[in-house]
Amino acid sequence: MTETIHLTIDGHEISAEQGKTLLEVAREIGKDIPTICFHEATTANALCRICVVEVEGQRVLQPACVVKAGAGMKVQTRSEKVIRARRTILEMLASTMDLSEAPEIQNMMYEYGASSSRFPEAERRESEVIDDNPMYVRDYSKCLLCWRCVQVCADDAQYTFAISFDGRGFDTQIGTFFDKTIPETSCVLCGQCVGVCPTGALKPKREFLLEKGMSAQEINVLNTGRKQRKQR
Amino acid sequence: MIKPDRVVSTTCPYCGVGCNLMLHIKDDHIFKVTSPFDAPVNHGNLCVKGRFGYDYVYHPKRVTVPLVRRYLLEGKPKPKGREQVFAVSKDGQPVEHSKISNLWDWVETDWDTALDLVVDNLARIYKRDGSDAMAVYCCAKATNEDNYLLQKMFRAVFRTNNVDHCTRLCHAGSVVALQQAVGSSAMSNTAGQVIQNDVFIVTGSNTSENHPIIALQMKEAVQKHGAKMIVVDPRRIDLVDMAELWLPLKPGTNVPVFSAMAHVIVKENLVNHEFIANRTEGYGEFVESLEKFTPEYAEELSGVPADDIRKAARMYAGAKNGAIYWGMGISQLSHGTASALALIHLAFLTGHVGREGTGLNPLRGQNNVQGASDMGSMPFHYPGYMRVDNEENAAKWEKAWNIETGGLSRKLGLTTTEILSHAHEGGIRALYIMGENPMMSEPNLNETRKHMQQLEFLVSQDIFINESGAFADVFLPATPFSEKDGTFSNTDRRVQRVRAAHPPRGQARPDWKIICDLAKRLESKLGLVSAYWDYSHPEEVLREMGSVNSDYAGITYKRIDKVGLIYPVPDMNHPGTPTLFTESFPRGRGKFHTLDYVPVREEVDDEYPFILTTGRLLEHWHGGTMTRNSSLNEAYPEARVEIHPADAEIHGIRNGDPVKVQSRRGEIVVRATVTEKTTIGVVFLPWHFAEAAANLLTNDALDPQAKIPEFKACAVQIFPARKRDLAHPEVVLDRGRY
Repeated sequence: MTETIHLTIDGHEISAEQGKTLLEVAREIGKDIPTICFHEATTANALCRICVVEVEGQRVLQPACVVKAGAGMKVQTRSEKVIRARRTILEMLASTMDLSEAPEIQNMMYEYGASSSRFPEAERRESEVIDDNPMYVRDYSKCLLCWRCVQVCADDAQYTFAISFDGRGFDTQIGTFFDKTIPETSCVLCGQCVGVCPTGALKPKREFLLEKGMSAQEINVLNTGRKQRKQR
Repeated sequence: MIKPDRVVSTTCPYCGVGCNLMLHIKDDHIFKVTSPFDAPVNHGNLCVKGRFGYDYVYHPKRVTVPLVRRYLLEGKPKPKGREQVFAVSKDGQPVEHSKISNLWDWVETDWDTALDLVVDNLARIYKRDGSDAMAVYCCAKATNEDNYLLQKMFRAVFRTNNVDHCTRLCHAGSVVALQQAVGSSAMSNTAGQVIQNDVFIVTGSNTSENHPIIALQMKEAVQKHGAKMIVVDPRRIDLVDMAELWLPLKPGTNVPVFSAMAHVIVKENLVNHEFIANRTEGYGEFVESLEKFTPEYAEELSGVPADDIRKAARMYAGAKNGAIYWGMGISQLSHGTASALALIHLAFLTGHVGREGTGLNPLRGQNNVQGASDMGSMPFHYPGYMRVDNEENAAKWEKAWNIETGGLSRKLGLTTTEILSHAHEGGIRALYIMGENPMMSEPNLNETRKHMQQLEFLVSQDIFINESGAFADVFLPATPFSEKDGTFSNTDRRVQRVRAAHPPRGQARPDWKIICDLAKRLESKLGLVSAYWDYSHPEEVLREMGSVNSDYAGITYKRIDKVGLIYPVPDMNHPGTPTLFTESFPRGRGKFHTLDYVPVREEVDDEYPFILTTGRLLEHWHGGTMTRNSSLNEAYPEARVEIHPADAEIHGIRNGDPVKVQSRRGEIVVRATVTEKTTIGVVFLPWHFAEAAANLLTNDALDPQAKIPEFKACAVQIFPARKRDLAHPEVVLDRGRY
């Protein structure tokens, strides 16, 4: 038997099962808390901080995706402080990365009145599209480091451990061990990472080629010629 | 970003897991595949085949126009020496795999001409030589509806039971053993229940490559639910990394290893007396027969340390919920039935069957091999495993198909392997192949080729001209999974929808429509009362089948629209049956059988010192008709033989060297992968590659009961070869994980 606790969200007194996160409890009563890095199928890590809420008595804003609902908590999901934090997060994302294929984040920017030009001096995270395997391409200019791909490649789904983090701080990027190409890693090409990418940084090859303007017919003949490879 | 015109929910066409797919369609092409995270089977996970392996649908070599051989149109007699005509190119050179679909001897035609030529020739042969001259291979990749109709056509029109499909080559040993021991032949529990096991055995199954999504659930069971996994396999497969215990047995020694486990369970009194007393029979005699199977005796035969056999036995018997998952390493042997029985005994001794989180679980290979078997695509059974030599069963189907009493054949038909070996004057004259590729999947292909050449008339209904289609007289262009409606039944008996995502390419037609059209023409040519073929939608086909086969009685397309149903579903309100045998077994009591150790038919000797075992790869699918015509081929472009470093050193073979692998039946040249994934004395080959077909080497010895060939063990020799002897010296596999 799980214990029932009582707390207040945006002035509504509610009861909830102990052990649930603030995000789960809020969504149960129809409160909309935005999320970016959170995904139902992966372990929540509170990386992007877009889901922060204000909890009375806490010094800083709390990420709703990992903080458990506690007895007697007084939670505000849309206080001024929360909205300002979310807007700033979105503005920082927009000034450093390419959000053109993240319609959900674009909608959030509109909703929170975030300006993509608030930090004009910001250094943008830019990199070349990596096309090193037959199944998918990687464009880390569009990567916001949500961890989802790393997690599903590890013990959230595939137990394959082909990708992880590379670099530190601002230079952090998703990479492979020793920067090997995908075919040289333990990658099983399952594309689970593509399936959970929220920003189009990871994309099936076929979709990528169609966007490049190739016709379906042109793509269809691509794999019919034997690829010449150098013997090592 | 591409906005899809529509997103179509369907079921994956590759393995028996039955993952739910969402096909994103733009301009009638799939451009992306996703899976819903609440999908009951795969929880949003897919493997490389399911997510990226759909592009064979659009491959330029796909045939989308009916084709007939020139001699048929010109009304000339069939040319002699088929190989000369069909498998050699215009300039007289042998046809290589990639050129098999060269169209030089084929003539494109219209459907009426092609179908009428099929009708004329099949009817001519049938009238001349009767039912026994006719045979059909149904298809474990096609839908339930396609398979039901094709067996119906051959049974109702040609009155023959020469109906079989590739189940004969994969789990026939398991099916026969389960029929003998419990009276049913499917997984007893769902794959998802693996997380409820506390100990489970995986044997003869490289699950990570062949049922990747079930392997994820097994890994989850170990990593997150504290289950202990025992792997019994001659190869150090991926799952061994997470196993508590690995028993690396010599191929073909399943019976002594599992019987020794049974011996330990009995001797140490770890048996479940209540279960044995209430649910089984033949225990006393069985225990006597176990006397000789000491762990030491098993060690001598299999190379597995006796103490590890003891540990495995204690772990499995001591579990609260134990389960066994097995693959073709158990069944593809000349004693495949005995092998599977040895496993079934373990469950009987411990009572690890009939409850949630336990079970006897043969992992079925193809997306719809379970369904094709359920649909009666087998020589001894009508749909629903109703024996053809049972008067009552025959009467039911005679009624359903408007056939005069006594009209259906009561004679057991020939199996897949027997159909081809009977292809000669006075035997099988006409063969109809839907989707299968015996010229890749049969053992001892040099022999198979001779049989194929003996056929008088061969129809190939497929999407590509594959190695077998190259022998056909008429080619009927059919549709892949994304161009037709129907249902697949996955390995754990879940019946799920397949939906057309775009119209057929060119003039291709859904299989069920081709069969109905053909059947009507045949009936009118032969002057038969119609068995009924005027279906307007595949659902009507499923309903007709379900009206006689009670397992499917409660399944309608509406009920399985969102989530599949797990049969038996005996009525319209029944919720499905995830766990079988909770009260009793279909045959009443579970039956113990006494077993003896029978070695594999061809043992190693000085001339052929290695055991060759064959299997499959993550990136490829069986005969390769689909995956070798897909970008998957780029991910794994060449066959490799795996050899242990110790053996490689003796023979002077380095990683990547070309080698010739030779058996008494054939030889191939491939590159070697020197790896500890295989054990000393054992080499491994995948069988997907036509240019280096492993089945040129394999032994066509059969299990006497199940008629399954011994793919998993034959004797070979290995020599260094020259690079120029490779079929494609320029193609090199360069993947880190292999």
